[in-house]
Amino acid sequence: MTTTAKTATVPGPRAAADYDGHLLEVRDLHVEFHTRDGVAKAVNGVNYTVDAGETLAVLGESGSGKSVTAQAIMGILDMPPGRIPQGEVLFRGQDMLTMGKEERRKIRGQKIAMIFQDALSSLNPVLSVGYQLGEMFRVHQGLSKKEAKAKAIELMERVKIPAAKERVNDYPHQFSGGMRMGLILITHDLGVVADVADKIAVMYAGRIVETAPVHELYARPAHPYTRGLLDSIPRLDQKGQELYAIKGLPPNLTRIPSGCAFNPRCPMAQDICRTEVPTLAPVTEQDGTDLPGRGSACHFWKETIHG
Amino acid sequence: MADLAKNEPAAEATPNVSDVDVVADPTKDEAIAAITAPVERGEPILQVRNLVKHFPLTQGILFKKQIGAVKAVDGISFDLYQGETLGIVGESGCGKSTVAKLLMTLETATSGEVFYKGTDITKLSGRALKAVRRNIQMVFQDPYTSLNPRMTVGDIIGEPFEIHPEVAPKGDRRRRVQELLDVVGLNPEYINRYPHQFSGGQRQRIGIARGLALNPEIIVCDEPVSALDVSVQAQVVNLMEKLQDEFNLSYLFIAHDLSIVRHISDRVGVMYLGKMAEIGSDEQIYDHPTHPYTQALLSAVPVPDPASREGRERIILTGDVPSPANPPSGCRFRTRCWKAEERCATEEPLLAVPQRFTGKDTPAAHESACHFAEEKDVVHAA
Amino acid sequence: MPDKTADMEKKTEEKAVMPSSTEVPLTLDAGPAPGKPRSLWSDAWHDLRRSPLFVVSALMILFLIVMAIWPGLFTGASPRDSDLKNHFLQHPNWTHFFQADWFGYDLQGRSIYARVVHGARASIAVGVVVTLAVTIIGTIVGMVAGYFGGWVDSLLSRLTDVFFGVPFIVGAMVILTTFEERAVWVVILALAFLGWTQIARVARGAVITIKQSDYVVAARALGASTSRIMFKHILPNAMAPIIVVATIALGGYIGAEATLSYLGIGLAEPTVSWGIDVASGKDQLRNAPFVLMIPSVMVAITVLSFLMFGDAVRNALDPKMR
Repeated sequence: MTTTAKTATVPGPRAAADYDGHLLEVRDLHVEFHTRDGVAKAVNGVNYTVDAGETLAVLGESGSGKSVTAQAIMGILDMPPGRIPQGEVLFRGQDMLTMGKEERRKIRGQKIAMIFQDALSSLNPVLSVGYQLGEMFRVHQGLSKKEAKAKAIELMERVKIPAAKERVNDYPHQFSGGMRMGLILITHDLGVVADVADKIAVMYAGRIVETAPVHELYARPAHPYTRGLLDSIPRLDQKGQELYAIKGLPPNLTRIPSGCAFNPRCPMAQDICRTEVPTLAPVTEQDGTDLPGRGSACHFWKETIHG
Repeated sequence: MADLAKNEPAAEATPNVSDVDVVADPTKDEAIAAITAPVERGEPILQVRNLVKHFPLTQGILFKKQIGAVKAVDGISFDLYQGETLGIVGESGCGKSTVAKLLMTLETATSGEVFYKGTDITKLSGRALKAVRRNIQMVFQDPYTSLNPRMTVGDIIGEPFEIHPEVAPKGDRRRRVQELLDVVGLNPEYINRYPHQFSGGQRQRIGIARGLALNPEIIVCDEPVSALDVSVQAQVVNLMEKLQDEFNLSYLFIAHDLSIVRHISDRVGVMYLGKMAEIGSDEQIYDHPTHPYTQALLSAVPVPDPASREGRERIILTGDVPSPANPPSGCRFRTRCWKAEERCATEEPLLAVPQRFTGKDTPAAHESACHFAEEKDVVHAA
Repeated sequence: MPDKTADMEKKTEEKAVMPSSTEVPLTLDAGPAPGKPRSLWSDAWHDLRRSPLFVVSALMILFLIVMAIWPGLFTGASPRDSDLKNHFLQHPNWTHFFQADWFGYDLQGRSIYARVVHGARASIAVGVVVTLAVTIIGTIVGMVAGYFGGWVDSLLSRLTDVFFGVPFIVGAMVILTTFEERAVWVVILALAFLGWTQIARVARGAVITIKQSDYVVAARALGASTSRIMFKHILPNAMAPIIVVATIALGGYIGAEATLSYLGIGLAEPTVSWGIDVASGKDQLRNAPFVLMIPSVMVAITVLSFLMFGDAVRNALDPKMR
C-alpha cells in the first residue's frame, strides 16, 4: 500500500560535500512495460523531493506505480520488460539513472535502502533467515557477526515477526505464509504511515494525485481518490454502517482513461475530467492563504477540500 | 444483528458439552436428517467444545519418535449463532487458522468436539461428512493461490455442483454459475475466463461465489480481505455483509485486522497461544476489554486519524510470544503481562465471566480468561 | 544472497528505510479482464510462437518426423542394397542434392544418404516411445508417492533411488544382453525401464507442492474425491514441469540409442540406425571420415533440436515468467 522513503544526512566526510539542494529529487519520471497487451504506462511523470532527515510516504494501491517508482530509484527495475523513457533521479544532484553501476551500487547500499514486503520469500532457502539478513549488515556496514545478528533480530521485530530472537536461526520455509503476510500488513496500514511519515504523496495510475503533510492529509484530503481511500477504512473506535467503497477498479495501465485517470470512479467527475489531465497544483485555504507542502491534481480540489 | 449480539450470547460461564443436544450415533441417517434441519435465527448452529489440535514433533527418519507437540489449538470452546458474524482475532501463530481448518474438517482434531446442529462433525466420515461440507464453506486468504489456474471461472464456481450433483441438475448448472457471478458483482459473461485474467479483488469475488454455490449456512473466512488493496477491501467487506443478509449466513471471520473485525463482527473472540483469552460482543471487547492481552492488542492498533490518536495510551508488551511447543504454565500470557503474579504461573485462568462482574449489569461482564480482569478503555481517546 | 535483499539495510544513525511491495510489473493490469478467455496453455502457446528458439527447433523436429514416417519422400534409393563393385567407399558429391550419392557410399556400397533418411525412423521411434513410456510410468509413480505420502512415499522413493543409482549404460548393457533379439522394442524397453526415475522425481516434487496449495484445500473442503483432486487439480498443474523434463529427456534417449547401437548392444543389422552406421564408420575414419561423420552429425542435430525445443517449452511454461 505504501512506500516510505526516509533519508538522513550521513555523518562523516561524505556529508560534508557542499551540496545544498534536495537530498533526493525525482524529476518527471516515466516508466513503461512492454506486455502482451501493449505498453503499460506504470509511471507517468512523477516528481518529488526528499530532504535530509525527512520521511516521505508514497501511498497507492497495487498498480499505482509506487513500487515501480521505488524500483527505478533503486536501479533494480527489470529492464526489459521495463523501460525508463524519460526522467531523472537525482541524489545530491547526481542523476542515478545515468551514473556508473559501481557508483550507484554504493549509494543504494549506503544512503538509500529498501525493504521488500515479501522479503522472506526472496531469501535463499538453504541459509537461515538471520544469516541472510545479517549478511547485508556485515557487507555494507562491516559489522561483526554478533552485531549483524542483533541487527537482524531488530529488523525482524520491526516487521512484527513474533519470537524474533528464537526464530533468527530458522530457515525461510519455517516461516508461515501468515508471517510473510505480516510484512505486507505493515505497509498496508495507513495508521503506520501516520506514525512514521512527515509527508505523503498519493499515487494513482502512475501519477501523484495529492501531496500533503501527513496530519493534514488525514484531516482534509484535497483529492476525491484520497478521500475515498480514507473513508473506506473501517474504524477501531466505532462500529460503522456500510463502508464507503470507491466504485470500480484501478485502470488497466495499457488503457489509462483520457483526462483524469480517476474520472470513471470519481463521484465528482464532470466533462472536463474526461478531456483534460489535471496538473498537480498548489492547494490553498478558502481565503487564498498558502498551505505549504500541499498539492492536488484535481480540477475540483476546491470543492473537495472546502466543499 | 446488532441486537442479537447484545442479547443472545452467553453471559454465563463457558458452555459444556452437557448443554448441547447431541445426536447419538452420527453415522446414521438421523444425523443427516439433523444436519439438514433448519436452525432458528439466534440459536447456536455451531458449538465448539474443548477443541484441541496438537501437531506432533517427530525425530528420526525410519522409526519416527514423537519428541513433543506444537499445541496450535489447546482447548477452545465457543458458540456460533445462526445469522451472526463471530470474529476471531489474534497474532499470527495464535492458532486461529488451525481453528478454521478444524471446523472445515481439513485437519483431524486431537480431541474435543465440534457440534454442528448437535452432531459432532469431528467423528463423521463418508456420506454424513459430505452432507456437512455442503453447509460449511470457506473463503480463503490469498485469491492468487485459492483458484486453480488451469480451470475456467465457470469450472471453478461449478465444481461444487459436480461434487454435490443433487444441488443442481446438470442442465441448470451453467445458469446457476452465471447467477452466482452476478450475485458477487462480476459480469456473467466472464464465465469462460481464467483466474489470471482477473485482479485480486475480482478473484476474491470468484472465491466467494464458489463458497456460496451450495447454499451453505456457515462460511468460515480465513483473512478474506487481508491480501486486498484498501479500496477493494471495502468492496469485498460490503459484499460479504450484503450476502449475509441475503442468504442468512453465519460467518466465522478470522483476521488480524482489528478494525475490520470490529466493523463486520457481532461478537469477537481473542486468541492467544492456542487459547481463547476473551470473548464477547463487539462493544464488550472493543469498548470494555477486561483481558490484558486484548487491551494491549487494541492499544497497539495504529489509528490513521491523527486527531483520535492523541491521548491514547499505548501498551507496549515486553518479551516474545512463547513457542506453542512449550507454552508457559498457568496463564499463557503471564510471561508478557504487566499484571502477572505468582498465582498466574500456577493456576490456569478459565474462560468465564470474572467473579467481580458476575450478575452486574455492565458490559465488562463477559467471558475473560484472567485472574485479574478489569475494565480498561484503550480504544477511545482519554 | 539475492541482489534485492542486499539492498535491505538500515543504519541506526542514518535511517534509510523503504518498505515497498515487489509486485511483478507484468501483473500491473488490475482492470477488468480484457479480451477473450486465455488459458495458461494458450498463453504459453502465444509465447512459444514468438520464440525463434521454438520455431527453429520445431521445424527441425517436424522435418525429422516426416522423414521418419515417409522416408520415400526424400529418397528412392534403398538403404540396404549394396553395390560394392561401383560404389565402394565412394566419396560424397556435395552438389548432388537429395540424390543417392549425395553423402557418398559406405564400406558395403550402400547409399549413406538413403541410410541417413531411413535411419531417422529408429531414432525418432526410440526417442518418442521411450519418452511416452517414462512419462506415464514416472507420472504415476511420482503422483502416488507425492499424493499419499507416508510409507507409500517411502517405498516408492527408495525404489526410485535404486533405479536412479544404476549407471545407465551398464544397466542397459545388462538388460540388452539378456535378450537374443536386437529390435527397436527391446531398446525401448531397456531405456524406459531405466529412465522413468527422473520424471517420477519431478512429478513427486510438483505433486507435493500442489497438494498443499489453497485450491486443493478448497476442493477438499467441498468434499471432492481423491480421483477428482488428482485428475482435475493436481495433474493439470503438475503437467508443465513434467512436459519440460520429458521433452529435454527425449533428445537424451535418441543419443542413448545411438550410444548403445554404437557399442554393439543396441540395435543391430538389418535395422537401419544412425548408431549402427556410426559404429560401422569408425574403422574407416582415416580414409573415409564421412562414413562416420554424416550419421554422427544427424544424431547431434536431432538431439540438439529436442534440447532446444525443451528449453523453449520450459521458458513458456515456467510459472515464474508469468
